[in-house]
Amino acid sequence: MEKRLANWGNYPAMSCDETTFSQEEQVQDFISTHSSVIARGNGRCYGDASLAQHSVSTLKYDKVLAFDTTNGVFECQSGITLDQILDIIVPQGWFLPVTPGTKFITVGGAVASDVHGKNHHVDGSFSGHIIDMDVITGNKETITCSASIHPDLFWATCGGMGLTGIITRVRFGLKKINTAYIRQKQIKAQNLEDLIRLFEEYKDYTYSMAWIDCLQKGDSFGRGILIVGEHATPEELNEQQRKAPLQLAAKRKLSVPFNLPSFVLNTLTVKAFNWLYYLKNTKREINNIIPYEPFFYPLDAILHWNRGYGKAGFVQYQFVLPLEKKEGLIAILQKISDAGLGSFLAVLKIFGKQDSLISFPMEGYTLALDFPVRKGLFEFLDKLDEIVLQYGGRLYLSKDARMKQEVFWQSYPNAQKFADIIKTYNGTKLFRSVQSDRLLLTE
Amino acid sequence: MPTVLILGAGSDMAVAIARQFASNKFDIQLAARNVASLSALEQDLQIRYGVTASSHTFDATDFTGHAAFYTALPQPPDVTISVFGYLGSQERGQSDWNEAARILHTNYTGAVSVLNIIADEYAARGAGTIVGISSVAGERGRLSNYLYGSAKAGFTAYLSGLRNRLAHKGVHVLTVKPGFVYTRMTENMKTPAPLTAQPQDVAKDIYNAVKAKKNVIYTRWFWRYIMLIIKSIPEGIFKKLKL
Repeated sequence: MEKRLANWGNYPAMSCDETTFSQEEQVQDFISTHSSVIARGNGRCYGDASLAQHSVSTLKYDKVLAFDTTNGVFECQSGITLDQILDIIVPQGWFLPVTPGTKFITVGGAVASDVHGKNHHVDGSFSGHIIDMDVITGNKETITCSASIHPDLFWATCGGMGLTGIITRVRFGLKKINTAYIRQKQIKAQNLEDLIRLFEEYKDYTYSMAWIDCLQKGDSFGRGILIVGEHATPEELNEQQRKAPLQLAAKRKLSVPFNLPSFVLNTLTVKAFNWLYYLKNTKREINNIIPYEPFFYPLDAILHWNRGYGKAGFVQYQFVLPLEKKEGLIAILQKISDAGLGSFLAVLKIFGKQDSLISFPMEGYTLALDFPVRKGLFEFLDKLDEIVLQYGGRLYLSKDARMKQEVFWQSYPNAQKFADIIKTYNGTKLFRSVQSDRLLLTE
Repeated sequence: MPTVLILGAGSDMAVAIARQFASNKFDIQLAARNVASLSALEQDLQIRYGVTASSHTFDATDFTGHAAFYTALPQPPDVTISVFGYLGSQERGQSDWNEAARILHTNYTGAVSVLNIIADEYAARGAGTIVGISSVAGERGRLSNYLYGSAKAGFTAYLSGLRNRLAHKGVHVLTVKPGFVYTRMTENMKTPAPLTAQPQDVAKDIYNAVKAKKNVIYTRWFWRYIMLIIKSIPEGIFKKLKL
């Protein structure tokens, strides 16, 4: 059906012909009668990675195929979302091995973006936990691949933005938990230097990330809050929680019902929010036990929070810089502060080593920033790209809506290898998106 | 645990209904023409909801096979939901009898054939619930889908008579009239978004109506009023509209 689609950033929006499928033959039929198509999950990538003239929604291909509760192995079709999986596995004492900051993404999307979580420095990205998966490739054949079977297809599919084909089935390993709670520690950092020192100090924690107030100048430049956590043990829970340590009470969700006018989030309101967020922690350090949901998915509590940026939408700018190049962080934050383009959300996190073909993470620091779309923004981001390149970093394709093709080709060392594998499995450019055309991967 | 039989289990609507009942601890019997296509759903229901699910071959237009199909089920179901249907092509059906016959037989004759058998068994048992998914399209024939609509109209009348007969035997019959629903069946139709329901919403309405022993429901509820208006348009005017 022809409809207007946009991903989470509401930018860009375009008219797409989208179809659904619940049986493999149906998607085979669709791709046999179309010359180009891209798979689309729950539309939570931010930019144009899953936009194309023709898209196949995987959302109805969402069946659970097997769940080994003894060894923690989960097998499912690609359209199931992580929130549904959590509802099934948490009560049985299992958790996702890796989860991004929203649970409203599909498993297919998790693979295609090779998502990372707050535990990347310990557990790596999602691809490291995949046992095997099925992909319908360009010659309409379903191929089972893993790190040892068709490894070229496997590694070009993990983080490959759907350009090798349509991911239909995934089998992956889970993480054992004893409670549905997290033992959380929040520590205030007075500035960026302090924050980076804290990251080093707390690097043994499984989960860590920091929120940064990017509008501060002078001595408080880059002040923020480091948040670290571990899965809580039953002994750490209070009496009430211990009665059913793997169950969480259902909570009502708030929603932003429509697009807010774009002036709502301006420098003043962002400043006020960041100021309050920083000051609400009156003590330097706070320790508490909280359910896993607010720890991993704080923004999921407000459905459609993306509408807060107004009709024009926003772009999320996420880059990573190598560990030894942290001065690049200062250079970029300085530029943002100078331009007065405060980001409502600024999240800093440390990545561990990553050994994959085209996935985003590399050992270093990654910063994610939101910018409402407005005049002059893209020129400004092009300048930030130059700094990222200069320090040997790169941008996250799942957040990208505007990167110039040369930035991609210069910053991803395996870009050519990736393009070659796409040629092998998607030689007729059957699978292509607005993003892949823009980055000259399918042009 | 009570058991529900879903006839025509391959559709998007059937998946939503199966999950709705399974989440309320019903065991599920899935029936469709292509039984292999049901295996993923069967696993899904068992893993998500911890219920027992099974799959069975059922062809709505294989009338002679219906009795054998029903007696071969592992146990007689407490609730039977007839979900199968075929929208077909109105235009093709006007000149191609095969298409017209398929529309009529799937939506009407096939449903009558299988529900006759189940109704007898329920009547003898003095218990059971039969749910028929008809359509608002059966309320008034329109040029765009009157083959489908007339079959659904027949089905609605059948269910009404069946309810009358079985009310004396302690058997409950529910007629469901859905409006627009986002499914593969309507994927190529431009349906107005505010009036188009998600299959999950329809499944919830059906489950609640079974629990409350309702006789006839529209889903979503506002279709009752939309159809009231459509039915009240005088024929002289209606025939000139292009609906």
